[in-house]
Amino acid sequence: MFRILRKNIKTKVVRPTPETFSRELQENSRGVPEIDFSKCTGCGKCVLACPTQALKMTDCPEEDRRSFLLSRGSCIFCGLCESACPHQAIAFSGACNLAASTKAELNKKATFPLSVCRKDAAFVAGAAHPGQEKTGEAPDFSRGAFFDRLTVEESGLKLKNKIQSLFGRSLHIREVDAGSCNGCEVEVSNLSNPIYDVERFGIHFVASPRHADMILVTGPVTRAMELALVKTYEAMPSPRLVVACGTCAISGGIFQDSYSVTGGVDHAVPVDLYIPGCPPHPLAIIHGILTLLDKVPHDKK
Amino acid sequence: MKTVIDGLKEKFGDKIHKVWDGCGKQVHVSVDRVFLLEIVAFLVRDHELRFLFLAGSDTRRETGAFTIDYVFSRSSQDKFLILQTRIEEKEPRFPSLTHFLPQANWQEREVQDLLGLEPIGHPDPRRLVLHEDWPQGVFPLRKDFECSSKIPRVAGDYVFDRVEGEGIFEIPVGPVHAGIIEPGHFRFSVMGESVIKLEIRHFYTHKGTEKSGEGKSPEHLICLAERISGDNSVAHAVACAQALEVLGGMEVPLRAQMIRVIYLELERLHNHMSDIAGISLDAAFSFGASQLMRLKESLLNLNERLTGTRLLRSAVILGGVCRDISEAEKGWLIETIKKSEEDFDEIVKILGQVDSLIDRAETTGQIKKEIAETLGAVGPVARASGVDRDLRRDHPYAAYRDFSFKVPVFTGGDVESRMNVKIQEAYESFKMICDALASMPPGPVRGALKPLARSRAAIGYVESPRGECFHWILTDKHGMISRWKVQSPSFSNWPLIEYAVLENIVPDFPLINKSMNLSYSGNDR
Repeated sequence: MFRILRKNIKTKVVRPTPETFSRELQENSRGVPEIDFSKCTGCGKCVLACPTQALKMTDCPEEDRRSFLLSRGSCIFCGLCESACPHQAIAFSGACNLAASTKAELNKKATFPLSVCRKDAAFVAGAAHPGQEKTGEAPDFSRGAFFDRLTVEESGLKLKNKIQSLFGRSLHIREVDAGSCNGCEVEVSNLSNPIYDVERFGIHFVASPRHADMILVTGPVTRAMELALVKTYEAMPSPRLVVACGTCAISGGIFQDSYSVTGGVDHAVPVDLYIPGCPPHPLAIIHGILTLLDKVPHDKK
Repeated sequence: MKTVIDGLKEKFGDKIHKVWDGCGKQVHVSVDRVFLLEIVAFLVRDHELRFLFLAGSDTRRETGAFTIDYVFSRSSQDKFLILQTRIEEKEPRFPSLTHFLPQANWQEREVQDLLGLEPIGHPDPRRLVLHEDWPQGVFPLRKDFECSSKIPRVAGDYVFDRVEGEGIFEIPVGPVHAGIIEPGHFRFSVMGESVIKLEIRHFYTHKGTEKSGEGKSPEHLICLAERISGDNSVAHAVACAQALEVLGGMEVPLRAQMIRVIYLELERLHNHMSDIAGISLDAAFSFGASQLMRLKESLLNLNERLTGTRLLRSAVILGGVCRDISEAEKGWLIETIKKSEEDFDEIVKILGQVDSLIDRAETTGQIKKEIAETLGAVGPVARASGVDRDLRRDHPYAAYRDFSFKVPVFTGGDVESRMNVKIQEAYESFKMICDALASMPPGPVRGALKPLARSRAAIGYVESPRGECFHWILTDKHGMISRWKVQSPSFSNWPLIEYAVLENIVPDFPLINKSMNLSYSGNDR
């Protein structure tokens, strides 16, 4: 008993301070791809390198236009596009707070004059991607960087007040794995470790959907989990919130083209929030939940 | 291996069609499927070869028939023997080995589900990977099946084995569990508190990963491999990269191999921390759980600082690693690792003295050595039951040949032994990371890329935190990936849990489950 006490006193409080999340750490974390359009020539090499078709391009020779679409809801943050770019126009920014309540908000679009693109030695013809052509229409994207990275305390306290005002008590979450690789589970269970410790903000993970205000769904929704997910959703009392956590849950991610995957949570149940990441950083999940609660209209209470 | 081949030729004569040296350390033997059982019995009994896994492939376009490869290893020699059999399309059947080698049970059922080849004489030919709502006669791993096709559901129910009698109840658990864990179904038959039978029904997270890998570029295949089992990302990435590097005859620079060892051991550390924390938590000793989770978090932060991702994703690439470790980074890395080791040491010393934890762990969930050997247990589960096996020592890969390390083996076979194996392994990992950092030779961290050899097969293997992980890659005549088989440690170890829980009480199940820490996604793929 004495040794336990001694160790605990020695450990002290481990809650994150600005030092624990030092700048260096943030700079080194990979985060999300950002395209520097002053360097980008629209050659299309990155599109070839992307394993999940998060980068798409469409050529329209009649209008001399080539359009690119970067979908953060499909991106697995692997970095292959960064190394494939011949002009160093793609860099990973370290930002991880990308949550949004519509998929369109996760997209970023750019257009280039096709005739100018052709002048680049690295030009990749649109025909190299027969599958890409059909995905032409691109939702608006104008927000630039999504949200500033907040510290845990800041997001947490905001969140606590928000939960108090919405529910008058803590927020109960049921986690549902709909076929993830368990990467997201690692990060979701890290939310309860002494560092993040989300219970102190009034977020409580419960054992049954009947006690839950929100389900946090991970994974691309496999064929075998589809029904289980729908049943879990139906078992929740109203009002119910659904969060799709991780790239697989948003779009199917790297598994989207498989026979055994339905391709994203919104194929099965209505989704209120998308949190990109492969897996999302625990801070990104906290931030995501805050984003969602900000948008919940008070009458839904 | 020559004596084995000579023995085979002498005993079976012209039933052995062809013998050839494959990529890397492989020797291939093509045999008639009719005599498969006798040949396997001869190899296992007379030459003490160990059966690892089998891989079925649709090679009808190349050879006009299906192929099944049975992979064996010899512990005394760093070689792999691969028995190859042809299965004609008009007679899609092969003799089942399950009666002789019970560890082949799930593997043969997997071939049956995904390729439509029937194991003759299999004691339990029910569906395994594809659930009953998948129509008959549709086989995803066949080449005429389009990967992205969505197949309509049909009606059908899984029939559980029933235990009947007065006072016997069934407890269904899952697929959605109470904790933050992956989905799977457990059906307990209990008498009071005691478990009389457990039947597991998994493959809820089957994502068709192996099929998705076909035709992918090697870089994309590694991305996919990292997502087979999230917490074992590096192990799968390295195993996959090694198979591809053998196929392409690519050289990985020694410095890159050292960095791979560092990544693999860092991954082992955060996995073992989380396992020991989980055991602690399930035994209601929250001091151990929160201290170890705190330590794990600091290791994940270290990973992020080192590679940019907390689970070390995208750190391993074809031909080497993504980024070098600079001299400055080396300094703080050694310092942090040393500090974490001291921290870890203080915590586990306390854990060992807590009666409430040890009482729960001792004699709980015992797996006898014979059971572990017969069912092909791997990793810490096998080593806790007295089976002395570790790929890092027996078939060294990456730079493991250059290190001396202990392989901890315990004989209790219970939760406590499994916990002790993990604790001792963590100490070895701390040591190995420091050794690797101290002895890294200068040089590049990425070798030259080369195209893959055509119509060849190669194995890549890694001792992941959960045990032996094999990646088997077969290329077609254009040098494209035509079959990718992943033998994950969880697929080998899951059947053992049905034995581990027998005669234990239901409340001890979470503890047993956590001590084995098997991945559902790695199993279901």
